[in-house]
Order: sequence, then C-alpha cells, then structure tokens
Amino acid sequence: MSFPWAKHYTPSTEFGQWMDEKLPLPRFVYNSLGAGYPAPRNLNYMWNFGSLAGIFLVVQIVTGIILAMHYAANADIAFDSVEHIMRDVNSGWMFRYAHANGASFFFMAIYLHIGRGLYYGSYKAPREMIWLLGVVIYLLAMATAFMGYVLPWGQMSFWGAKVITGLFEAIPLVGTPIQELLLGGFAPDNAALNRFFSLHYLLPFMIVGVIILHIWALHIPGSNNPTGVDVKGPQDTVPFHPYYTAKDGWTLGLALIFFSIMLFFMPNFLGHAENYIPANPLSTPANIVPEWYFWPWYAILRAFTVDFLFIPAKLLGVLAMFSAILVWFFLPWLDKSPVRSGGYRPLFKKFFWFGLIPCIAVLGYCGGAHAEEPFVMMSQIATAYYFAHFLIILPLLSSFEKPEPLPNSITEAVTGKPLEQAS
Amino acid sequence: MATVETAESAVSEEGGVRRRDFINIAAVSFAGAGAVATVFPLVNQMNPSADVLALASIEVDISAIEEGQSIKTSWRKQPIFIRNLTAPEIAEANAVSLDELRDPETLADRTTAGKENWLITLGVCTHLGCVPLGAAQGEVKGEYGGYFCPCHGSHYDTAARIRKGPAPTNLVVPEHEFLSDTVVKIG
Repeated sequence: MSFPWAKHYTPSTEFGQWMDEKLPLPRFVYNSLGAGYPAPRNLNYMWNFGSLAGIFLVVQIVTGIILAMHYAANADIAFDSVEHIMRDVNSGWMFRYAHANGASFFFMAIYLHIGRGLYYGSYKAPREMIWLLGVVIYLLAMATAFMGYVLPWGQMSFWGAKVITGLFEAIPLVGTPIQELLLGGFAPDNAALNRFFSLHYLLPFMIVGVIILHIWALHIPGSNNPTGVDVKGPQDTVPFHPYYTAKDGWTLGLALIFFSIMLFFMPNFLGHAENYIPANPLSTPANIVPEWYFWPWYAILRAFTVDFLFIPAKLLGVLAMFSAILVWFFLPWLDKSPVRSGGYRPLFKKFFWFGLIPCIAVLGYCGGAHAEEPFVMMSQIATAYYFAHFLIILPLLSSFEKPEPLPNSITEAVTGKPLEQAS
Repeated sequence: MATVETAESAVSEEGGVRRRDFINIAAVSFAGAGAVATVFPLVNQMNPSADVLALASIEVDISAIEEGQSIKTSWRKQPIFIRNLTAPEIAEANAVSLDELRDPETLADRTTAGKENWLITLGVCTHLGCVPLGAAQGEVKGEYGGYFCPCHGSHYDTAARIRKGPAPTNLVVPEHEFLSDTVVKIG
C-alpha cells in the first residue's frame, strides 16, 4: 500500500480472479497483513506486541461469547450463574479462567506496545493519528475491562462499580445526577448490572472497529522502526509475510505457553479472593483494589488528599487520573524533538529508563497497596513526576538535547554498508 | 539481505527437500493440531451441562392413577404421559396386526412384562414436537382412542403407535423401571 515496490496481488486461481473482480477482500488482506505490505527489515521484538494484543482480543471475544451463552445478567442469579459456569458447564472453568487471565495478557501486550511507541517515538509525525487511535483503543479497553469485572457480581465487582461510578460524583453540580444516570439507581443493582453486560458485549466490537482504523492509518506511512529513520528504498524493507507473520507466530507460541501456565496452574493468581464472596451492599471489603492493569491510575486517584484552593481533593484526584491518560493525546505535540527513536536521544533515554518507567512502577505498586503511608507520599511524588515528564521534561528536552548522529538509512544501520551498495 | 538463505541451510543433500520445508510443515501441523484440540471444548461447551444432566432421571408415584386415567409429568423439561390402560384398550392394541403399522411394535414391546397396563411415553409428537392431546380429562383422543396431535393431525392408538397423519414413528417410550408396584423411575 505504502511503497511503490510493494508486491502486487495476483490471484492464483480462477476463483481468486473471480473474487478479486467482485469483492477484492483477499487483495485487501494481502496488502495489509500479507506479502503486499513491506515492513522495515530491522523491526525488533518490541514490534510483536501489536499483533499479540489483537490475538488476545480475539481470545477475549471468543471466550466472552461463550461465557455469555451461560451467564445470567441478573443481580439475583449472576453470581450463581458464574459458579454454574465453573462447575457445571463443559469446560466452563477453562473459558472463565481464559477470559479473566486473557484480559491481563491483553493489557500486558498493550502496555508493551504503548511502551514501544513511547520509546521509539512512534507517535511522532507522520504517525500521530495511529497514536491517537491507539489511545482511543486503550480507553475503550479500560471501560470494557472495568464493566466486565462487575459482571460476576462478587464483592470486588460490586464495590468496584460503586467506587468507579463514584468518580463521576466528584463533578461539581451535576455529579450526583450523572452517577445515578450511570447506575440507573442510587447504588449498583440490577439496572447497572444489565447495562454493564450490554456495553461489555458491545465495546469489544467497537475496539475491533477502531483497530481497523489504527491499522489503516498505519499503512499510510508504514511502520516505524528501531532507528526511527524513514524507509528510503526497497532494501530497507521485507514483505510482512512471511517474515513478520513467522516472527509474530513465534512470540505468539511463547505467549500461549505463558498463558497456559497461568490458565491451568495459577488461574487465580491475578484475581482477588474477595470476589468469590457474593456482592453485599452493606459490607465493604477491607481493601478495594482494581485489577493490576489499573493500579498506576488508581494510585494517581488516591494521591490527592488535600483540597487545593476551591477544588476539593476528591475532584482533583479524579481530574488527575483522567488527565494522566488524556495527556497522551497531546504527546505528539509536547515532544518536539525531530529525532524519533529514543536510541539516538541520550537524555531522553535516561529520563525514560530512570524516570518514567520507575515512576510508573512505583505508581503501580502503590496502586495495589493499602492507602496508607508511606504509599500515599510515594504516590504523590510519582504522580508529580509523571506529569512533569510529559508536560515539562519532554518539551524542554527537545530544545536542550543534542541527539546522536542518525544512520543514513535502515540498511546502513543493519549492515554497515550504504543503502546503494548493500545487497 | 540479512534474511537471505545460504545454500547450506536451504537445501538438503538429497531429493531437493529443503530443511525449511520440514520446519514449515512441522510448525503448521503443530499449530493445526493445537487449533483442532482447541475447537473441541469450544463446541462441547454447548452440550448439556452437568446440572442439566443431573435432572436426567425422575421417580414418579403412580399409585393414584386409576384405570383409564393418565397423568402428565415432566422429565428433562419434556412432557411425559403415564397412562393406566383399561382391559378393552389393551385388547384393542393387541388386536392390531403389525402389518397395518407404520412403525411396527407390539404393546408388549412398549411396556414392562407383567405391567402391560402402564404405558409410559414422551408427550412429544414425533412429527414436529407438539404435545398431543388425550392425556388429560376431556381431551380428544383421536380416531384410534390414544392420542391426537392437533398441530398437524397425527393420530396415535391405545399403545401410542402412529396410525394416521404425518408423524413418522410411535411416541417414544423412555427408558423406565418399576422400583415397586407404585413407583416408577424414568430415565
């Protein structure tokens, strides 16, 4: 699609010819995920997590459709229907554990995918739209995961729903009516459970739609690469199939091995025992924590403990939590450095590995811990640093930093020979 | 290019079969076998679950059913007819020649030896699954005095055998066993 030397699709059978004239779907797939898509020859393993996230989304959709065949979205029997899935349905335990752990694998893949983009500057021109659509996918995935966690109607489900919808109550004036609108009541109950089920089923298909846009937008400039240098000629690329399909297949195999270990030997490792207690609106669990993939954001929410001027601490926490992700929408314009890859940015590299990554790790750790000292103080410092990274450090770096010399081409970076001479 | 195959790695000594061909076939076969193994539970989950199968047998007290009466009960969410046949009904059923029947079976084939008066059948027409009339007081019993399905007009005789209409076979006799003179276990 993107480069003039891309291989052209030629139907090999008469049926393929017939199909190509009527509905060129095979041509479309060939050009987007097949040999017709030339990808940079130097992509490293960090480029494998996009397709892996896509595959785990498919796992979630397949297992989710199956669970929906046996689940009952009614506050009286939802918990029992999940136990019915675990005990009575043929292989039901496997599908439920696959769905619960599959969400973690999906988020793990998506975080590595986002981290890759952050380090190698994949969000920079001309790939801003790919990045923006990716942030939309992430936001949709968060909403989907949250609502899915409510469905088993255990203690964590119920109190998670109460706390998260309670965030909206922090909005001045209209907060309480909004929370009541979202819940269809004053606390989570049947109305909330039913709408969460409906939306939990809908949103993954919206995610698929945005992923199609994400890939479409990707194929216009083509993939970024570890050097961040633009593709300059046919020698800089290899056809996506078989080179990257095979490479993605290899890491998929590895991921499935880890997935099987989690699924068959430690299925509840990432879960909360509390959620095997049926929802009780009269008793709150000792420590309400979301799933691990929300911990950093949860820590930011809890980092605000004092009112600032006329803004109550509750609203500050909510604003900060949403801003922590919304700031990503501005990232392509906050980081003005013309050099994409962090590999050629000595200062950025240090701030990334010794600033941002430890900061998010601290936030993650504090988000999973009890809301007490020293974790509150640690969250506050890390929150401050998190925003400083995006709003102060990145914009300033682009003017102070002296980047290392870039290779003339991808081929030169890989082979040491100039593009024209390399074979 | 970094990924170009060298002559040594690509071609084996004999037959022109490349080592890479073997790797390709092995990898794709392994993935294919894995995919097939995964599809089995994906489909099997739609089969009846353990709680459904746990309802697979019921015990019915038949002591209150007078001669000539029948009751409807439910087994695996399907209606069951339990009928206490009268002597004339038994005689009528036994008088029919097997040649006349679409689905030839004697009353003895369809009942327990020594308890030929107890006719236990599914109340599900073998045509398209409606519940035939004739089990409850005052319902039409059809031209042959057994059951009549109002949906598409199938007539069953006193041994619940199909005699007229579109149904292909007799009403199904479920597996059953008399635990005593008054209790029958179905399923």
